[in-house]
Amino acid sequence: MNAYQIIFYILAAFILGTAILSVTSRKIFRSAIWLLFALIGIAGLYFWMEVEFIAAVQIVVYVGGIVVLIIFSIFLTQQSGKEMQRPPLMRMIASALAVLFGFAFAAVLIHQQGFAGYDGEFLDDMDRIGNALISTGDYGFSLPFEVVSILLLAAMIGCIVIALKAPFKSAPKGET
Amino acid sequence: MTPVPVEHILFLSTALFFIGMYGLFTRRNLISMLMSVELILNSVNINFVVFNKYFHAGKLDGVFFTIFIITIAAAEAAVALAIIINLFRSHQSIDVEDAAELKEPPTPKGEYGVM
Repeated sequence: MNAYQIIFYILAAFILGTAILSVTSRKIFRSAIWLLFALIGIAGLYFWMEVEFIAAVQIVVYVGGIVVLIIFSIFLTQQSGKEMQRPPLMRMIASALAVLFGFAFAAVLIHQQGFAGYDGEFLDDMDRIGNALISTGDYGFSLPFEVVSILLLAAMIGCIVIALKAPFKSAPKGET
Repeated sequence: MTPVPVEHILFLSTALFFIGMYGLFTRRNLISMLMSVELILNSVNINFVVFNKYFHAGKLDGVFFTIFIITIAAAEAAVALAIIINLFRSHQSIDVEDAAELKEPPTPKGEYGVM
């Protein structure tokens, strides 16, 4: 077992451990911090696979953007030190069983498929990605790029509209 | 050959997906559920990158799908958190059980009345 493999298994254990802690921790702020570590581990996995551009995007957008947004809204909406109430035992057992069976099914399927293929050297240098992103020819991605740009614009306007204080006086609760 | 069997990376992403599902099943807090959704999206991203790198090395489709998924996840998180903060303003709670106005009212006739 060489260093490359050892690093992969350490990364995998790190990602899975922090992800499990993130969904089971009862303090929501700690849960967000564990999620942060899981996302950093996934970025490390992309570095391990030598897909550096995706790793950088992962760190910038997820670790730098989404987790910070989540932590902000935790601070805005609740006391971060308060423990969340424990889910009912039946629900925990049922969902753990469902998840284990689902994982077993998927693992058996993957194992039977027996992926062994590996074709050629993978090139993902920035030149290629940038050219494909704005090219309109074959294997060009300019249309999805524009569509995603419009989506981001719509999301931005939507956030502003949703988060604005309602200018009209809404009916008091209980009457509607 | 690949240094690690590709199956093992796929097992990792499958496990991550089902950990996210577990969080989605057990949590009743909107922000925690959003965090579980982020885990699920990340497992999908790992799958796309693995299939692109190890099976279709000449193309870049998986990388682009990953980039677009990350973009959409960011937009989704921003809109969801705006909705959550708005919900907190009107309900003083972000528990999904408390946001049940659209459900059938608990008393058939009475305080809720006809809309």
